[in-house]
Amino acid sequence: MNNSNIIMRIENLDKYFGGLHAVNSVAFDVEKGSIKSVIGPNGAGKTTMFNMIAGYETPSNGHVFFNDILITGKKPWQVAEHGVLRTFQNLKLSNHMSVLDNVLLGWHSLGSAGFLDGMFSSPLSRREEKKAKEAVFPILEWLNILDLKDSEVGNLSFGNQRAVELARALASNPSMLLLDEPAAGLNMHETTDLAKRIEKIRDQGRTVLLVEHDMSLVMDISDEIVVLNFGQKIAEGKPSEIQKNEEVVRIYLGGDDA
Amino acid sequence: MKRYYPVIILFITIVVIQILTFVTGKGYMLTQLTMSAYYVLVAVGLCMVMGYAGQISLGQAGFFAIGGYTTAFLTTIDFSDKAGTAIYKLLDTLGLLITKETLYGDTIMHMSPWVSLFLAVILAGITAYLLGIPVLKLKGHYLAMATMGFGIIIYRLVLGTKIFGEADGISNVPSFTIFPGLELSGDFSTRISNYYIAWLLVIAAILLMVNLINSRVGRALRSLHGGEDASDAMGVDTARYKVIVFVIGAVFAALAGFFMTHYNGGIGPSEAGVGKSVRYVAIVAVGGMANIWGSLVMGLILNFLSLRGVFGHFDDAVFGVILVVMMMFMPEGFIRIAVYRDIKSFFHKILNRRKVEKIKLEHSHE
Repeated sequence: MNNSNIIMRIENLDKYFGGLHAVNSVAFDVEKGSIKSVIGPNGAGKTTMFNMIAGYETPSNGHVFFNDILITGKKPWQVAEHGVLRTFQNLKLSNHMSVLDNVLLGWHSLGSAGFLDGMFSSPLSRREEKKAKEAVFPILEWLNILDLKDSEVGNLSFGNQRAVELARALASNPSMLLLDEPAAGLNMHETTDLAKRIEKIRDQGRTVLLVEHDMSLVMDISDEIVVLNFGQKIAEGKPSEIQKNEEVVRIYLGGDDA
Repeated sequence: MKRYYPVIILFITIVVIQILTFVTGKGYMLTQLTMSAYYVLVAVGLCMVMGYAGQISLGQAGFFAIGGYTTAFLTTIDFSDKAGTAIYKLLDTLGLLITKETLYGDTIMHMSPWVSLFLAVILAGITAYLLGIPVLKLKGHYLAMATMGFGIIIYRLVLGTKIFGEADGISNVPSFTIFPGLELSGDFSTRISNYYIAWLLVIAAILLMVNLINSRVGRALRSLHGGEDASDAMGVDTARYKVIVFVIGAVFAALAGFFMTHYNGGIGPSEAGVGKSVRYVAIVAVGGMANIWGSLVMGLILNFLSLRGVFGHFDDAVFGVILVVMMMFMPEGFIRIAVYRDIKSFFHKILNRRKVEKIKLEHSHE
């Protein structure tokens, strides 16, 4: 890779589900410290793309490089250890655990205390607990969920659960965040907050790859957009370019209305 | 520090119970309380596997048997006529042979239980590790069936093997001198000290688990319960963690088997039966699944009642019924915070209704 500003390079990713070519030779780069969005109609292959990047599905063909390291074929937890953290469209939280415990779980990949450390409450274990708490409290505060820290996550409102999921991902100090429809189920007010937060996350030097249906959110915050349709990339560019792209307008934004 | 308060309360309770049995002249009850402690140890281990990490095991009696039979077999070999063998020489030079006189005045030599303790734990750990790698890829009832299959194998193995005494099991297992003056045995004179040995072992196990639950690894284990996707996404090596917690559960069961065998002076195949495994699952379920203290309390109460013969011929049936009822009405367990909350809000409702009715009454009079 010659361009050192590229944090993730996706090379000709293919995914077949039986006879269905769900993702068809998709390739694009993600620039470091940018917000890149993947959009497309339902069934365009966006979530499959995400799953392949994060290690939940193995591509039929192609590679994903993160910081020049091949991450395709790695397990989800290994991808996470590299600093690529994902959130889920329909939230995957540990509902029976407290907010604080959920977010501390996000810190997991930064620690190294093992079973014996935990059982004997070793100095390493205690030091790490302290460090983890110091790291997560500001995040909880920033996302306005600090006063909920002892509540069971399953009892929270959907908006707060989304915040917990984001906090958990941030707790691992990721260099790249994969956000799978983070605005789904949020009201307008919450979506505006989310947009500000994602921009802030980018301004901290993190890279964001976003799959989202909310067009105004995508157009507002994205630095670049990739459009998928039936598993193929049909356009890539800045929001202003995508808005003018005739094919995109025709298949995705709804013909003449857009 | 706060998390150690219950441990202190447990210790005080144990001392109080002992004093009570002494004062009331019911010292014979210590025998059942000691045995209950060993069963509680199995339940505490299973609670980690099943309650916290969400992986069911219907094979804990198998691990208990591995611990018990390993030591029963090894420590009942008489070395007094094997003086020339290599293993005799090895044990002799290491000072691990113990000479004892039997009731009939014969002199026997047996291997130190320290050796069999070490081997029992290693054997159970390795078995759990090798079994866990393939089996823990399964979920839900498939995992339950696979672990139950393992339990049945161990049961048939000890029942059908001559060196394990077949249906009679192994008896005349020697006592275990932990250090001079402290002996693990069922002898009447050591009843009080054995009660404390058993419960201190439980306290040690609980302390380790309470620490673990509140650590980095503990959080990862707890997160497995709700589904592995979240744990995976946060960088938890879920497959490895599941296997390790399974090994911990197996080692606890094997330790319990080891201690119980020396305490009882023997072990029989019923300890390896599937009925016993069901008991452990029932105890953890009724104890609240992810509640180590619930497992302890229910393990103590139910085993004590069972050993006192309160359930009569229906012993196993009682545990079966408990399991069925739990799975039908409270699959998340009985003793848990949510239930406490439900009860509280129920009373709140009743009280509030009274108030509302009172207000209505007052209004209707106006």
